[in-house]
Amino acid sequence: MGRKLLLDKAHIEGIRYYDVYRKNGGYAAAEKALKSMSPDLVTEEVKKSGLRGRGGAGFPTGLKWSFLAKPEGVPRYLVCNADESEPGTFKDRYLMEFLPHLLIEGLLISSFALGANRTYIYIRGEYAWIPDILEEAIREAHKNGWLGKNIQGTGFDLEIYVQRGAGAYICGEETALIESLEGKRGNPRIKPPFPAVKGLWQCPTVVNNVETLAAVVPIINIGGDEYVKIGIGKSTGTKLISACGNINKPGVYEIDMTISVEEFIYSDEYCGGIPNGKRLKACIPGGSSVPILPANLLLKTAKGEPRMMTYESLNDGGFATGSMMGSGGFIVFDEDQCVVRHTLSLARFYHHESCGQCSPCREGTGWMERVLKNIENGKGKMSDIDLLWDIQRKIEGNTICPLGDAAAWPVAAAIRHFRDEFEWHVRNPEEALKRNFGLAHYADPLPVVAAAAV
Amino acid sequence: MAVQFSEEKLNKVKEIIARYPEGKQKSALIPVLHLAQESFGGWLSAETMDYVASLLQLTSIEVYEVATFYSMYNLKPVGKYLFEVCQTGPCMLRGSDDIIAYIREKLNIGVGETTTDGLFTLKTVECLGACGYAPMMQLGKHFREHLTKAKVDEIIAECRREANN
Amino acid sequence: MAEEKKLFKVKIDNITVEVEPGTTILNAARKIGGEVVPPAMCYYSKLQGSGGKCRTCLVKVTKGSEADPRPMPKLVASCRTTVMDGMEVANITSPEVQDARKGIVEFLLLNHPLDCPVCDQAGECDLQDLSYEHGVSATRYEFKRRTFDKIDIGDHIKLHMTRCILCYRCVFTADQLTNKREHGVLNRGEASEIGTYIQQSLDNDFIGNVIDVCPVGALTDRTARFKNRVWFLKPVDAHRNCDKCCGKTVLWMRGDEVFRVTARKDKYGEVEEFICDTCRFDKKSAADWVIEGPRAISRHSVISQGHYVGVHKPHETIAKVMDGRSPKLLMDIHSISEVNQPAVDLSKIDGPAHSNDFPKNNSVQ
Repeated sequence: MGRKLLLDKAHIEGIRYYDVYRKNGGYAAAEKALKSMSPDLVTEEVKKSGLRGRGGAGFPTGLKWSFLAKPEGVPRYLVCNADESEPGTFKDRYLMEFLPHLLIEGLLISSFALGANRTYIYIRGEYAWIPDILEEAIREAHKNGWLGKNIQGTGFDLEIYVQRGAGAYICGEETALIESLEGKRGNPRIKPPFPAVKGLWQCPTVVNNVETLAAVVPIINIGGDEYVKIGIGKSTGTKLISACGNINKPGVYEIDMTISVEEFIYSDEYCGGIPNGKRLKACIPGGSSVPILPANLLLKTAKGEPRMMTYESLNDGGFATGSMMGSGGFIVFDEDQCVVRHTLSLARFYHHESCGQCSPCREGTGWMERVLKNIENGKGKMSDIDLLWDIQRKIEGNTICPLGDAAAWPVAAAIRHFRDEFEWHVRNPEEALKRNFGLAHYADPLPVVAAAAV
Repeated sequence: MAVQFSEEKLNKVKEIIARYPEGKQKSALIPVLHLAQESFGGWLSAETMDYVASLLQLTSIEVYEVATFYSMYNLKPVGKYLFEVCQTGPCMLRGSDDIIAYIREKLNIGVGETTTDGLFTLKTVECLGACGYAPMMQLGKHFREHLTKAKVDEIIAECRREANN
Repeated sequence: MAEEKKLFKVKIDNITVEVEPGTTILNAARKIGGEVVPPAMCYYSKLQGSGGKCRTCLVKVTKGSEADPRPMPKLVASCRTTVMDGMEVANITSPEVQDARKGIVEFLLLNHPLDCPVCDQAGECDLQDLSYEHGVSATRYEFKRRTFDKIDIGDHIKLHMTRCILCYRCVFTADQLTNKREHGVLNRGEASEIGTYIQQSLDNDFIGNVIDVCPVGALTDRTARFKNRVWFLKPVDAHRNCDKCCGKTVLWMRGDEVFRVTARKDKYGEVEEFICDTCRFDKKSAADWVIEGPRAISRHSVISQGHYVGVHKPHETIAKVMDGRSPKLLMDIHSISEVNQPAVDLSKIDGPAHSNDFPKNNSVQ
């Protein structure tokens, strides 16, 4: 059993409510931080913990906090990014729905560290029932003196507000989120300036993911030094993985980053294997934008070592033979799934969600979807595969925000690893409409190249 | 009928505006548009948007720009029950295409259409963040997850019952 | 004595230039001039907040600064990236930049109707120049292009959204020059469009400037539309006393007829000073203006090919040779030809038009 820091109390009945949460050790970290630590000390502790942003990019949280500009007389803001919209990802929803006070406590400690007196939770509009849960928790926290003026007599003031979005994946990008919070279209801003200098209403702002902010609570409780001991290398602490697709037990799991991918998929503690005795074909391990990997490269790295559920190991081999931890949206494909069709569905997603501000993404995402639709519908040409490759290459890295990259990577990885499946679609258009390419050799073990004699 | 919030809703608007610093009432636009859509028939007419603009001291175009950007705002009337079925990858792996086809057949409408009795509208949407509970759809404020054909039948019957009462 | 400001040394394509801190790479390149200047389709120095969107001005920063020499990991938009002391930038010397730019041009042209033969902007179109210099001769796009209906936004301005590249310049112009913006960007992604949402006429003393800032033929002057090609006109600098604006304009003339009035533009296509709608739309007589002399036009521009001298109105020779009789030979092409019927919108036809696309006109004898 791996160590749990976030979901350890998720099973307790009534943990959603203040009394139960408090009785089970809730707000102890807030008490410790506000009463016995300085803001800088809290930041120091988070730095020590090695906590990395859990939204997808994996940027060190403590470092991000230390970039926050602190000009005299200008308010600073903390914004909690709860716009969870990356296909495959539904972990923040779980935290907010079942452990709202954990998030509120994390926000309180983080706001204290950053010197923010007004904090917003920007939640995706479709999670329409969750603001009620969060607002109820905020009311309870108020009533018990954890929010409002002069919190617990420490002189620190904080108000937390919940803001609902209205349907836009792009608002998960921090500057688009800020624009949306200002009541505008969710067009990402051109950086610099970064939010740490000019963010919400042109004031210094930190935007952090829900899970990141919740993780601050155990870090303060057990200390950064203790937190850093969990996990491997720079993958410290625990990570929520939302597992979905063709597995027996889809759901949200907390892992300490010491287990292998194989264990995660097949052990009964986690995904419980693949239903109906089917075999594993492929997996997108970190949310739809990270590269898809065929089973052989997923379970073992190109070097033949077992792949672990850590930032580093998932990224082993770079994009050529590896993938990314991303947001922890773990999508599993069994042998009956068609990679072309799935790639088309993701291309449609990014086409739908492009904000339209910069030309490569606005024009390129729709183009990729149309070419993929032709291939899927038996109207593709061999040259279309190279065309797709060229389009994604010209989008990647050339856009204002990372949505361009996010749209390009799934297409690139699908062609990189499953080119024979694309070619089969083009060569056998009629058959491709009736059946899938199947497992092919994707689950065969990779030949490990012997190390050259030195 | 002129577009006008009730006293209670106007107080809600005031409460929303108070969440932001002085002079930043534009931030209230997205929440107030949600409130307007709920209050005025499930969609946003130009008249409704102009009303919201006047409440928040914005120009109309600022409201149109925002309302047309976000996918949750309906710019045309929709049925009483809006089925928003997710069709993105993870749901697709669990058979969302079959569910969509089944709803089309059952209600005899295409995607984006409304039944002649004005009760149901079917929309396909992109990932709603319920991938582990796929296939799924949004109905009003809530998600309906682990959909099967039988479950779809149940939901349709439930809506019909509610509409008749 | 003012304290001397420290200047930043920047190297662009191996040419060193010294600029003030806060200058963008693009403006530093403009200070050098010539071919190292990256093309810009959305940036407009007179419009605050513009730029960064079209991505044509992407460049490679090979050295961040003297203090931190690391190169930047991605290509950057030169119009929105400020220089650092010791920065080194590659534009035309970087194959990566040239390749990316080629891609951007292809993206910008993907849905563009390429209706230059009937577009008023032809000859002074930034997108035409861009594709000529950086594009390829054929598109790889095989799908139906996005089209919109043309609409009149007010008495003077035609919006032809199909041609638009979404540079947002006209939105910034309305925001910054008029007291109430009535048009904006609607919808999202590929479906984004400039519009008013509900049919509305833009009515403001300075709104005509959106025509000048538009890099393509999406916003055109209805008072000059289809009247003449720019290269047949002779641009002259002129001014008048105007109580609303500077009154300094360019008159586009043929003979002594004023076809069009625009603001004066610099070599990067940016207006020097914005002008009011009265000057632009209502003063179409040479007598309204004090003419200063011919406008200097780059010799590379097609406009400079019209070698008209003097301001003599061309003679109506037909009437003269026919002893005053009106000509009878001229006929309406549509009465005898089945193609090019005005009722058929060519932009709505998929691919090249064929005779089947035109209804048969059996009444022709």
